[in-house]
Amino acid sequence: MPLLEVRSISKRFGGVRALDGMSLSVDEGEIVGLIGPNGAGKTSFFNVITGILPADEGEIFFQGGQQSLRGLSSDKILKKGLARTFQNLRIFKNMTLLENIAVGMYSRTQSSLWSAFFRTRRFHVEEKKVFKRGMGLLDLMGLANQGNEIAANLSYGNQKRLEIARALATEPKLLLLDEPVAGMNPSEKEEISNLIRKIQKRGIAVLLIEHDMKVVMPLSNRVVVMDDGKKIAEGPPEEIRKNPRVIQAYLGEA
Amino acid sequence: MLALFPLLDRNAYHLDLATGVGIYVILAMGLNVVVGFAGLLNLGYAAFFAIGAYVYALLSLHAHTPFWIGLPISGVVAMGFGFVIGLPAIRVRGDYLAITTLGFGEIVRIAFNNLSAWTGGPNGLLGIERPKIWAPTWKGHFGFELISFGVSALPYFYLVLVLIAVIAFFLFRLMDSKFGRALVAIREDELAASCMGIPVVQIKLCAFGISSFIAGLAGCVFAAKQTIVTPDSFDFILSVLILAMVVLGGMGNIWGAALGAVVLGFLPEILREFAAYRMLIFGVLMILVMIFRPQGILGGQLIRRELTRPIKEGS
Amino acid sequence: MSAALNLFLNQLLNGLTIGMVYALIALGYTMVYGVIGLINFAHGEVFMVGAYLALTAIWLAASFFPGIPFGLTLLFLILFSMAGASILGALIEKIAYRPLRRSPKLTALITSIGVSFFLQNAVMLIYGSKEQSIPDIVPMTRLKIGAISVSLIQILIFSVSIGLMFFLTWFVKNTKTGKAMRAVSENPEAAQLVGISPNRIIAATFILGSALAAVGGSLFALNYGSINFHDGYLAGLKAFTAAVFGGIGSIPGAMVGGILLGVFEGLGAGYISSEWKDVFAFLLLGAVLLFKPSGIMGNNVSEKV
Repeated sequence: MPLLEVRSISKRFGGVRALDGMSLSVDEGEIVGLIGPNGAGKTSFFNVITGILPADEGEIFFQGGQQSLRGLSSDKILKKGLARTFQNLRIFKNMTLLENIAVGMYSRTQSSLWSAFFRTRRFHVEEKKVFKRGMGLLDLMGLANQGNEIAANLSYGNQKRLEIARALATEPKLLLLDEPVAGMNPSEKEEISNLIRKIQKRGIAVLLIEHDMKVVMPLSNRVVVMDDGKKIAEGPPEEIRKNPRVIQAYLGEA
Repeated sequence: MLALFPLLDRNAYHLDLATGVGIYVILAMGLNVVVGFAGLLNLGYAAFFAIGAYVYALLSLHAHTPFWIGLPISGVVAMGFGFVIGLPAIRVRGDYLAITTLGFGEIVRIAFNNLSAWTGGPNGLLGIERPKIWAPTWKGHFGFELISFGVSALPYFYLVLVLIAVIAFFLFRLMDSKFGRALVAIREDELAASCMGIPVVQIKLCAFGISSFIAGLAGCVFAAKQTIVTPDSFDFILSVLILAMVVLGGMGNIWGAALGAVVLGFLPEILREFAAYRMLIFGVLMILVMIFRPQGILGGQLIRRELTRPIKEGS
Repeated sequence: MSAALNLFLNQLLNGLTIGMVYALIALGYTMVYGVIGLINFAHGEVFMVGAYLALTAIWLAASFFPGIPFGLTLLFLILFSMAGASILGALIEKIAYRPLRRSPKLTALITSIGVSFFLQNAVMLIYGSKEQSIPDIVPMTRLKIGAISVSLIQILIFSVSIGLMFFLTWFVKNTKTGKAMRAVSENPEAAQLVGISPNRIIAATFILGSALAAVGGSLFALNYGSINFHDGYLAGLKAFTAAVFGGIGSIPGAMVGGILLGVFEGLGAGYISSEWKDVFAFLLLGAVLLFKPSGIMGNNVSEKV
């Protein structure tokens, strides 16, 4: 049974069909690459899955659940175990790194407003745990010792890492990454690729939008190709490379 | 240090004024929770203050409820109204809240004016009981006696001072917790916050409720101090005045809001000769502060950076 | 004719009259909101200033051209008020809002309250805090149409308002500026890509909205015979409600919303209680937000993306 199963999602903006019966599934622990020419609808697809855009048609099932995710608000979808990053970075720039990560852990902590007001034992224990885990995640990202830095002061590449760390802090089962290596140099790309493999080893499945074939092909267990809001091909990376429809879609763009 | 003020200045008028400014400080700290922390605008804040005042007035007149019991009830009732008003507007979009609260402020004022049977109409309610406390006495032997606050503002001054301290204490704790972080995250990037699992509407509503609760407390103290409440004490100008205090002092800064209240509270006294221009000056001040120092007097770096950053796409 | 029907028709007529004024103000709210996403709190004050300008025009006409026909005075006062308010609208935009174009909404919203306070008090200092009565320049004749009697001023309000609404609809559909306004309000980024200068369009929106509000203010003052410096606050608030009711950002929505709100208020005042008249608008606002937040003619108002 797949971890995420999206069944023929459609989304229109005015007269434009951004998504036109798009389907996709991700199995547990799998890395799936989602590629396609610009304007194919990849980011809209992420936005629909994470509840930012309401879908016009179709269903989204998670963890074999009987209930569709469609219509849930973004925070509830996250709580089910679906976290994401954004194409153009949306970290909390004026908060520290640790605070950014702590925000990610909001939904995984129990302490109430009362315990914040009256500083119960549980509050202290939880705060300690949150910041300890936060340090651990920063360590994983190679950002240790920068926990109290303001996020805006980081380099672009490190901001991208922070955004992944924040998503991991939400304890996801599936991580949606929207162009995680865009604007990075080859050695940074290599680091992020290794990071994604580490994430997979932790048992987290990854759905990855990426333009750079040198990154997405070696990483992915399976590649899905989108064009015009539809899935046009699906298969192991080496097959996709040779698929005439895929080649045509990309050539058509150029 | 502030507690020594009555010892240094024994002028009864100054003490009364200082107590009034203290009530402004409570209101400004309360409104700051919504405007500064949550980035929402409440333009009917005076209505929640009014509800607190009328709740205690009615409880005192009809049920002889002691002040100390009336105080939390006033806060809770104001908070209840806050949730009822806040929910539909916050759910739709933040800036509708401004108009909804403005309309609510009008409704409350008109209602208190028209419901004469209960509220005394434009004449208001009078004869509200003052707070009573158990004070140590010496009548040949040591004992305690229940004594009521009198006409002097002195006990009210200390009451207000204690309330300010308690409210500030809890607000600092609020901000230094996951709720505080969630509020800052929402202000920074609502969409990202929502995608990181922050229940945005719930958190905003919470802030709105806390803010209304504080206004209710202030209203109760105000009613007990004046012993009379009339609808015209709670007009739109008061709502804007409190907003101006928060903006001037520094949105999102707990002491900033208090400072703004102190400055604008005493300003009319200083500008006495220009009384006619007072409101004009407020208007110009608000425009100038927003253009040249949007973070206010004490607004932190964080707020300044947030306020000068371009509007995010789609928000 | 039965007294019941008479009451109904009269209240309906009163409601339609004020509804036209609400619609004229609501158009300014909705256009500005459409183009820059700002609730311009000061817009109600522009309406009020428009009414005072009309009064000033009457004074001017009476002292410089005594005895001219009332039609000319009328034309002069409307043009005078429109011109004055347009300049005011352009100034407000330029001085108060343009420096904040790139700031968050809250900043601009607070600034607009500052502007509103400033205008109210400036008018109070210039014209005094007492209600000013408007000289009766329009003859008090009443026309009998069937069973209802309509005053000349009411006919004037209907014809001018409806005329302006047709003009605005035509303007937005057919002129270059109008089309650009629609483009900016539908998609600011795309509009910029096609080479539409946002500054010019935003200024034009403020000018147009202010002129319409000024006409509303002039007609309001003529109809009620008096004006006060805080009349703009309540009228503005209700007009905003009308804009939300019609669907904020939608021009036909503002027209329909304004007229319906006026009728709603007129009938409410006649059948329920005139003391509570001012409350109906806000109850309607609450109901709209609860049940149909996008308004009767609006698009989706989702805040996301």
